[in-house]
Amino acid sequence: MTDLLSKFDPLIQERETLLATGVKDPFSLVMEEVKSPTVAVCNGKETILLGTYNYMGMTFDDDVREAGLKALKEFGSGTTGSRVLNGTYSPHRDCEEALKEFYNMDHAMVFSTGYQANLGIISTLAGKGDYVILDIDSHASIYDGCAMGNAEVVAFRHNDVEALEKRLKRLPAEAGKLVVLEGVYSMLGDVAPLKEMIRVCKENGAMTLVDEAHSMGFIGDNGRGVSEATGVIDDVDFIIGTFSKSVGTVGGFCVSNHPKFEIMRLVCRPYVFTASLPPSVMATASTSIRKLMHSGNKRAHLWENSKKLHKGLRDLGFGLGTPEAQSAIIAVIMPDLERGAMMWQALLAEGLYVNLARPPATPANMTLLRCSLCAEHTSEQVDQILGMFEAAGKAVGAI
Amino acid sequence: MASREEIMTKVETLIGPFNNKGVELKDTTTFAGDLEWDSLTVMDFVAAVEDEFDIIITMNMQAEIETVGQLADAVAKLMDN
Repeated sequence: MTDLLSKFDPLIQERETLLATGVKDPFSLVMEEVKSPTVAVCNGKETILLGTYNYMGMTFDDDVREAGLKALKEFGSGTTGSRVLNGTYSPHRDCEEALKEFYNMDHAMVFSTGYQANLGIISTLAGKGDYVILDIDSHASIYDGCAMGNAEVVAFRHNDVEALEKRLKRLPAEAGKLVVLEGVYSMLGDVAPLKEMIRVCKENGAMTLVDEAHSMGFIGDNGRGVSEATGVIDDVDFIIGTFSKSVGTVGGFCVSNHPKFEIMRLVCRPYVFTASLPPSVMATASTSIRKLMHSGNKRAHLWENSKKLHKGLRDLGFGLGTPEAQSAIIAVIMPDLERGAMMWQALLAEGLYVNLARPPATPANMTLLRCSLCAEHTSEQVDQILGMFEAAGKAVGAI
Repeated sequence: MASREEIMTKVETLIGPFNNKGVELKDTTTFAGDLEWDSLTVMDFVAAVEDEFDIIITMNMQAEIETVGQLADAVAKLMDN
């Protein structure tokens, strides 16, 4: 008998080698208690959270929690059904209304996760004979959406407008084309030059989809994302997003002004063949989304935090993923996985949680310590965080 | 219309800057095995080939191409279309 798990032997070996050096497993952390969007107890120690994507700190918002409790009492714990059968309750409809208000768009479709939103929309839009053109650093859910569909997939160099344009021009003029971009790329926290890219797509007859998972609620005057901030949101055909970052719960969505968009509800398999989200989740999401519409002050504070952390880390001598703070993600580049894991553990010992990101999730085989800031981080917490980075960096020889 | 031989010569020239180990190139030379290229090198190389011949090699096609000879054949076919 061939052991089907033997193909993972190299990874098992790599993990064993890493853990043998004495570092804790960075991928099995447990939070025993969560005190706020920015503080939890890990291994009995109070820890500042700097790797949660909880950008706007909505998880503990009083109105959000109250709405969830009310819906839990009124509608029960779950729907036990697909959105197209018995799984659409009034909170699901209301959540889609909230999204339409937030984006000022005609249509909104809620999926059970952001991953499923990309999987479903991309695989359903681009069929046999069509082309999906994507940035090489696209998120796994975008690649998996391509793998699930039957379209031809064309990759171009990260954020390279000229490379995108050249490829669009080489494709058959009459073929269906979907260009998939992200507002903020989550590994390095860099933003896409959407103004130029959307223009090039339009000129070459391609439809466009922008994943704004890491920018919703934060970037743009109304928090609609990089496509709003760059003034091209009206030219984007589909926007994909998630509730598991700024919104502070779980779920995914697609919004669009396309007049035929509603048919997607019947033809998109990751929408049809799964149970809908619990009504309590929908109620927390819609309450959060409506509050995010009026969160200009929080957005301003989050920018301050992000700029302060970026400058502080750079001044300490760390190599960072972007020349300046472009989003709420600041990526610290580590020389290799072993030292990355050591630094991660040293930070945890100091009382700071960040994400350890490693290949193949990262571009250019980099090991990253990914920091994501929250609007609820105080300026004093950012000072504390910088102190912890300095201590841990010196302890492991990273600076 | 470029001949298979001309295509092969150009492909070999394009491999040059990425051939760090100085592997001797034949039709049967494999990108992953013999040249030991990782996915990033593959991407840079594919972009160079695409620009040289003004073609698109989709990721679906790339999955089928393992050797230098197969690449030359694929380029010839794409230029024919």
